Amino acid sequence: MSLATTYSTAQIRARNKELIEEVLKVYPEKTAKRRAKHLNIHEAGRSDCGVKSNIKSIPGVMTIRGCAYAGSKGVVWGPIKDMVHISHGPVGCGQYSWGSRRNYYVGTTGIDSFVTLQFTSDFQEKDIVFGGDKKLVKVMDEIQELFPLNNGITVQSECPIGLIGDDIEAVSRAKSKEFGGKTIVPVRCEGFRGVSQSLGHHIANDAVRDWIFDKGGPQGKPRFEPSPYDVAIIGDYNIGGDAWSSRILLEEIGLRVIAQWSGDGSLAELEATPKAKLNILHCYRSMNYISRHMEEKFGIPWCEYNFFGPAKIAESLRKIAGYFDDKIKEGAERVIEKYQPLVNAVIAKYRPRLEGKTVMLFVGGLRPRHVIGAYEDLGMEVVGTGYEFGHNDDYQRTAQHYVKDSTLIYDDVNGYEFERFVEKIQPDLVGSGIKEKYVFQKMGVPFRQMHSWDYSGPYHGYDGFAIFARDMDMAVNSPIWKKLKAPWKDVPRPKLLAAE
Amino acid sequence: MAQSADHVLDHFDLFRGPEYQQMLDNKKMFENPRDPAEVERIKEWTKTSEYREKNFAREALTINPAKACQPLGAVFASVGFQGTLPFVHGSQGCVAYYRSHLSRHFKEPSSCVSSSMTEDAAVFGGLNNMIDGLANSYNMYKPKMIAVSTTCMAEVIGDDLNAFIKTSKEKGSVPADFDVPFAHTPAFVGSHVTGYDNALKGILEHFWDGKAGTADKLERKPNRKINLIGGFDGYTVGNLREIKRIFELMGIEYTILADNSDVFDTPTDGEFRMYDGGTSLEDAASALHAKATISMQQWCTEKTLPFIADHGQEVLAFNYPVGVSATDEFLMALSRISGNEIPEELARERGRLVDAMADSSAHIHGKKFAIYGDPDLCHGLAAFLLELGAEPTHVLSTNGNKAWVEKMQALFASSPYGKNCHAYPGRDLWHMRSLLFTEPVDLLIGNTYGKYLERDTGVPLIRIGFPIFDRHHHHRSPVWGYQGGMNVLVKILDKIFDEIDKKTNVLGKTDFSFDIIR
Repeated sequence: MSLATTYSTAQIRARNKELIEEVLKVYPEKTAKRRAKHLNIHEAGRSDCGVKSNIKSIPGVMTIRGCAYAGSKGVVWGPIKDMVHISHGPVGCGQYSWGSRRNYYVGTTGIDSFVTLQFTSDFQEKDIVFGGDKKLVKVMDEIQELFPLNNGITVQSECPIGLIGDDIEAVSRAKSKEFGGKTIVPVRCEGFRGVSQSLGHHIANDAVRDWIFDKGGPQGKPRFEPSPYDVAIIGDYNIGGDAWSSRILLEEIGLRVIAQWSGDGSLAELEATPKAKLNILHCYRSMNYISRHMEEKFGIPWCEYNFFGPAKIAESLRKIAGYFDDKIKEGAERVIEKYQPLVNAVIAKYRPRLEGKTVMLFVGGLRPRHVIGAYEDLGMEVVGTGYEFGHNDDYQRTAQHYVKDSTLIYDDVNGYEFERFVEKIQPDLVGSGIKEKYVFQKMGVPFRQMHSWDYSGPYHGYDGFAIFARDMDMAVNSPIWKKLKAPWKDVPRPKLLAAE
Repeated sequence: MAQSADHVLDHFDLFRGPEYQQMLDNKKMFENPRDPAEVERIKEWTKTSEYREKNFAREALTINPAKACQPLGAVFASVGFQGTLPFVHGSQGCVAYYRSHLSRHFKEPSSCVSSSMTEDAAVFGGLNNMIDGLANSYNMYKPKMIAVSTTCMAEVIGDDLNAFIKTSKEKGSVPADFDVPFAHTPAFVGSHVTGYDNALKGILEHFWDGKAGTADKLERKPNRKINLIGGFDGYTVGNLREIKRIFELMGIEYTILADNSDVFDTPTDGEFRMYDGGTSLEDAASALHAKATISMQQWCTEKTLPFIADHGQEVLAFNYPVGVSATDEFLMALSRISGNEIPEELARERGRLVDAMADSSAHIHGKKFAIYGDPDLCHGLAAFLLELGAEPTHVLSTNGNKAWVEKMQALFASSPYGKNCHAYPGRDLWHMRSLLFTEPVDLLIGNTYGKYLERDTGVPLIRIGFPIFDRHHHHRSPVWGYQGGMNVLVKILDKIFDEIDKKTNVLGKTDFSFDIIR
């Protein structure tokens, strides 16, 4: 247990209210008014977190958000391994997102798989002035010649494409025809569209609908016999192998995974997904669109699940099994039981070291709520959370299923706010991204990157939970945090913790 | 089940277990994979001269380039000024990328703001984003200066920074006399080194030439100081500190322009320093009066140096000096300009580097190297290799131009070891892949992305360049100065010895050469 004074929920609520008022003081009046709508204290029983979301970021505040291109190329499309994804426009976007998301895959890179290659049309001034369509044609020709085993091409638009009036759809159609019906997908994910990565996810989902489902390319027919137990994993990007440590559980309970969207995924898997009996959706934020579409168009039900931490894994396995017969339901129980000794051992080892520790999160569109259960399995408490690009339906799910009363909620938090909140609340751990990591470590606050798993993982599934627990322990309990102050300068710092 | 609480298996062990291997094997039936024989055939084909020819015939497609875009360089230069917040006008995702990229290399925070332009700004222009953005940044982050640059979005729609900043000041976003230098940094021109150049020139122009018409131009009153510009450099922390040490040893009064060596190396002691160190704004202004300005990287200062020369200073550019002769030239130039002698301490450091090279050059002599990176870095490393009797066989710079090739050819011509060496401007790492297959070399020098080349071709990679994401802390040690040369030498030698050991460690097969002394 932390050596902290404990406070009542009412005291914490008052402290958080004061904190919000304090950070708003820094802003010019207009900005303060806008930001006030994104900051709140959760009240138990409410249907959402009482914050506005999915609204434009305010200029100059140091938002943590990215762009639509990041949402499409970086998240949804980039992991599809057997297609070549062109970062279409200037060199930077593709360069900065090259290989950094850790979407694991198996394949012969550069020959039949292309995830960790950076393909770009590297726009020059003349391409801006005269348009880039001709260059795009040539880029596709050169891809065909040098990478003959690619199964398809996507065009990931960077900002200039939409501004200079290029017709990437026409180019894609023409080249597809020329290449014998090859799947070529133009994606209008220019970075200035929308307010964050989120619109990029949506645009990327729509591109699958329009250019893969609706086209039914030459590979359209699945080469396997359907079974009553076919499911597709939707919204798992296989970061550090997350989709694999999830897939193994689904297969163990008796289901057959016919597609992974999109970590370690392939075009054939996307095309075959309409054959699934159930779509199981991990990252709701980035792939609910295509799940809803498949429900409407093909009558495939979908269900959300959560594979972080044993409590949520067991709940999810039972929920998924509920869509199938007794064989699968029994399978779920068998698997939960099988892994119980591992779960017990992990909790026995790490919970005593983490019990009562507090966590503040700020991640993308799913993890600000989804990982809370895993922390709770280890006896930790999430005292603040927020989404980089969540929508109101994310905050509803958060309020209804995850956060406790008086939790501090911060939507699209910026550098200034996040630093002030952490400085005052002094959590035992912050979970956020690379841009935040070193800021908080300098402040002496243990930190784990919760986008990339800090180059660790997987964190999904039972195998992942062991790694998660180990990682959180080594962050929180690293001996280095005791060395922060030169001994001749050391002063104790006050703490604020909820009373049990 | 292989996972256990006692011995937690990480991804690299976990997925190699039989259960996961079986699972991944079974997954293939859903992937419609290519015939393995066909994959093998194409893999072998990509190693051929025929493939190389097609690869080098590319006109439109770039694969694995070794360059980034202008605003990254602008942000890098801007944070080198005291209390300066870089402000990039345009789409916000770009700024998230620059910050991540710099943080992944330096393992440090990287502070920078965006004007967050979206669709409406694309139609109506980003003036309001500038007005609101400057006001918010100024109030929240209390900078001493805000340095503005642009993303390609703002450049395509033609936003005018000078006018926008002026209007913002009129609207009270920041005080009228608050310093807001600016530079247009279109991503579709040049690379990050161009952005560095533009941003630095923008800042100097601001202070020297009347702050965009809001103040009198400064009058140059020559003094004895020497200005130094490091250029875009992944080793900025170690290098600039080494340069300062050299200046102090020589008793030279100096100003480092864009000194970001502290902001990218702050202590962990409970306090986050968003700004730290940096060239003071007073020093940036009074740098006008210096006797001379030295650029350590010619291609990072192609516009800045002529601008400074036009103001009456001597200017001098090096090409990322690494090794004995390049450091000699640098020190002799310092001595000539300052009139101060090179102290014995530096002569002894030189002697130690020569000593080390003499001790070890037998292991490097005659070895063939491939190098890629920024144009100046390539030149500096190639020159050092020639001193060691090695051959920099392939030198590739995606952001190198014709003038760079000429300079490289002159360098090759200056040494018998440069005879069979070639410079490749505007090429990328997929070209390098073909070069390594068709004209093999012993070692490769480059940034982290070279690990893909090492995997594919088997040529061992020595990590020198930017970005280095997968090794930690090397940026804290210099590669400039005689001591920096020593660091580079050791890095090269360590790799060579590790490789010899790896080749000779099979028990009873190759271990007759597994020598204890090398």
